[in-house]
Amino acid sequence: MAEEQFVIEAQGLTQIFTPKGLPKVTALDHIDMHVRRGELTALVGPDGAGKTTLMRLITGLMAPTAGELTTVGLPVRGHEQAVQDQLSYMPQKFGLYEDLTVQENMNLYADLHGVPAAVRHQRFSHLLAMMGLERFTGRLAGRLSGGMKQKLGLACTLVRSPALLLLDEPTVGVDPLSRRELWSILQQLVREEHLSVFVSTAYMDEAALCQQVYVLNQGRMLAHGTPAELTAQARGLCYRVTPPAGSATRVLQCALLDDPAVTDAVPVGGEVHFLSKTPDGEVSLLRQWHLVPRPAKERLEDAFMLLLHADQRAQGKETQPAEAAQPVEEIHPSEQAPVDIEVKNLVKRFGDFTAVAHTSFQVHKGEVFGLLGPNGAGKTTTFRMLCGLLPATGGQLRVAGVDLRTARTQARANIGYVAQKFSLYEKLTVYENLHFFGGIYGLPPQRLEERIEAVLEEFQLTDRRDQPAASLPGGYKQRLSMAAALIHEPRILFLDEPTSGIDPLARRSFWQQITRLAARGTTIIITTHFMDEAEYCDRMMIQDHGQLLVLGRPAEIRQRMQMPQADMNDIFIAIVEQSRGEGASA
Amino acid sequence: MQLLTGWRLLWQHLTFLAHKELLALIKDPRMKVMLILPPILQGFLFGYAANYNLDEVPYALVDTSHSAASRDLVAHLDGSASFRRVVTLDSVAQVSDYVDAGDIIMAVVIPQDFESKLARGETAPVQVLSDGRNSSIAGIATGYVSSVVAQWNLTRAGGRSALAVESRTWYNPNQLTRWNFLPGLIGMISFVQVILLGGMSVAKEREEGTFDQLLVTPLTPKEILVGKAIPPILVGLFQSTALFLIALLWFRVPFQGSLPLLYLTLLLFALSATGIGLSISSLAHNMQQVLVYVLVFLMPMVLLSGIATPVANMPEALQIVTYVDPMRFALDAIRRIYAEGAGLQEIWPDFVPMMAIAAVTMPLASWLFRHRAT
Repeated sequence: MAEEQFVIEAQGLTQIFTPKGLPKVTALDHIDMHVRRGELTALVGPDGAGKTTLMRLITGLMAPTAGELTTVGLPVRGHEQAVQDQLSYMPQKFGLYEDLTVQENMNLYADLHGVPAAVRHQRFSHLLAMMGLERFTGRLAGRLSGGMKQKLGLACTLVRSPALLLLDEPTVGVDPLSRRELWSILQQLVREEHLSVFVSTAYMDEAALCQQVYVLNQGRMLAHGTPAELTAQARGLCYRVTPPAGSATRVLQCALLDDPAVTDAVPVGGEVHFLSKTPDGEVSLLRQWHLVPRPAKERLEDAFMLLLHADQRAQGKETQPAEAAQPVEEIHPSEQAPVDIEVKNLVKRFGDFTAVAHTSFQVHKGEVFGLLGPNGAGKTTTFRMLCGLLPATGGQLRVAGVDLRTARTQARANIGYVAQKFSLYEKLTVYENLHFFGGIYGLPPQRLEERIEAVLEEFQLTDRRDQPAASLPGGYKQRLSMAAALIHEPRILFLDEPTSGIDPLARRSFWQQITRLAARGTTIIITTHFMDEAEYCDRMMIQDHGQLLVLGRPAEIRQRMQMPQADMNDIFIAIVEQSRGEGASA
Repeated sequence: MQLLTGWRLLWQHLTFLAHKELLALIKDPRMKVMLILPPILQGFLFGYAANYNLDEVPYALVDTSHSAASRDLVAHLDGSASFRRVVTLDSVAQVSDYVDAGDIIMAVVIPQDFESKLARGETAPVQVLSDGRNSSIAGIATGYVSSVVAQWNLTRAGGRSALAVESRTWYNPNQLTRWNFLPGLIGMISFVQVILLGGMSVAKEREEGTFDQLLVTPLTPKEILVGKAIPPILVGLFQSTALFLIALLWFRVPFQGSLPLLYLTLLLFALSATGIGLSISSLAHNMQQVLVYVLVFLMPMVLLSGIATPVANMPEALQIVTYVDPMRFALDAIRRIYAEGAGLQEIWPDFVPMMAIAAVTMPLASWLFRHRAT
């Protein structure tokens, strides 16, 4: 019976990939784990940690290079089919048939899994009720929102009751509201149906809801335990400090990150939450600024960051802050600053579908302005109209003092653009890409070479100048995109979901870069689905179903919602629920 | 910051764009294969395979005359490279076995009274039995026999014949179909490649997201168009050159015309094909769609161009359709320049439709860059 206690057991599990013509990659390095039956277990780690590889090994879709692995009591090697018969796996991109309805998708998966017709009716209605999809059985899967698609995927995965449910990052790109619903469903499944669930995620708040958490980084298992056990590692090291009045939170946060006495710092609820290296929270920088930190409650994310930093140190890869000596100037992006972007009554319709409805706002020079919202809220459409990639149906739009629709060419010389997906030329080298874009922006030859050297230096790409862009690791690709967008020193920088798919450490240094740019007077427009990143913005706007729900400084919004110190996730949920509630009652 | 303006900016835009496009092309290993292999492979393949001439037609001889005259005629047949005698039979009855077995395509039957009839000055019929299962080969083979016999008649007559038809085919004295086909290929193979390359260029960038990155730069759609058009045109000219050299040096098809005029034709042709390719590319959502469009358009365009069958033989309605097919006019011009050495004054009518097609498709593609909703 001892075996029955665990649904996944791994010992020395190792996976090495040897891509053709490239150095071999150790995706998983001697992983040991024991996942208990009937529990909700999380696998957390930054992108590229090896989470998906581990999932695929557990399902038997891939054979490990070395090590022992037992899934649902069966050695996976040699019993792949038997293992797969007992578990349900929802990969990151679940194969929903977009041209079939919700009901048809479920029927199809029931057929595939051989679910007897007798039990189907009851099972389906139970699942549909749980997912809140009863009203949508006739709708095409392709017309569902991101969150609903994930729920349908989960329902299809659960058409039969598995011995183990594996979910690979089920909430990527899903809005906070749907994320919360999805997680309450998972908890319900474990509580009421005693299902064993193993779920990978990049969100710490989700991991905190699990009974056990495994922390994976670059193929190494750094730690495991209950969320409380892990969190305890950061006990006594967490502090919060309020920035001086009128100063952006991110300026203080950016400075703290560069301080040698600080492990990590993030803006939270209008304050800076930081991890001190010493328990007394003694940071010379704060004394200089005449600020007094107060001890704060530790979070799972703090423990996670501690583990990541410790791992980087152990691997000898801790990156010293590149420009530690360069203090960020105190600036006050304000309503008095000149207007760089002016939007009045902006409308975009696709056929009879209104993607963006009568939206107006202004962005001032040197501001960091965030466009927030769930997938399909209209933020990408708004963003694409702002950079002139999509013609507006109606309204006025002025960027850097010119109408992008009539004087596009001149206006575009003033903007830099970083797309969501890496979109430079993969075949060309780092240098060739920069040379091309710099040339297109009209830099004279000598200035062009100077600027290329400058951005290579600034984004620490000098060593990789002759490497094809395709061969760069994710974080470097992102830096190259930034370098190319900034080569002509634009007045306005547009960033579309720049931080999705990069690890937390890279995200921190990305935001430091943004803080420095804004301090130099660059206006920054950014979209993100990481709600906590709204804290870095001077002002933000939240959209849902094409409607502008709220616009303002994070502090103002908090005040308006009467949720002081709440994090942006909760505020977002409150705002969207309020507006949907109004919509329903109206 | 001091930025370039005016014509210097334009110049920098165009050179950087063209440089980038060519770099991207050269750095793609699949592209390298696509550039070099098709012209060489297809040049040789078509050069050898696309041939209506018959060499060494296998035949059986049934000579029941056994006379000096019949031996003389047979010597003429065997002496021509067109025939190969497989077997000599005694009676017509034996022929069918060889035909059925596929050993021979035809049998030449010389009747018993062949010489005596000739001596009397009468018409002496020679019978040709041919395998009608492949009617075109049978027809050509029979035609060959008639021409050999006619020639033999002429020599026998010793100039006494009052009327002799002497046919001479200009520009291709031996009527080699290869001479007709290879110059046509110079146009066709680059046409396929140019449309495909132009077709892929924008769709590929849209799919990889790099097109948005281009659209947010100060580049104008016209500049992007020029940058996008240069590589397919260069590739088209390169491939046409490769085929031209294969035709000229390997198959020894003599070139009669002016090289600059040939290249002017090729340039205009590549321009119109690039316009079509880029329009397809800007319309399509992804590269798969481009492939479907290209396949759908390409086959009819090649067929209607007259490369295999003369346009004049097509039904009236189809002939009108051929006016939107740049390959039809390129083909006509290239063949005439190549074989007859035609000059600009003869060719220019071919240029008009090609230029018209380019003048429509190029602006269309550049308009679609921005107005194609993505």
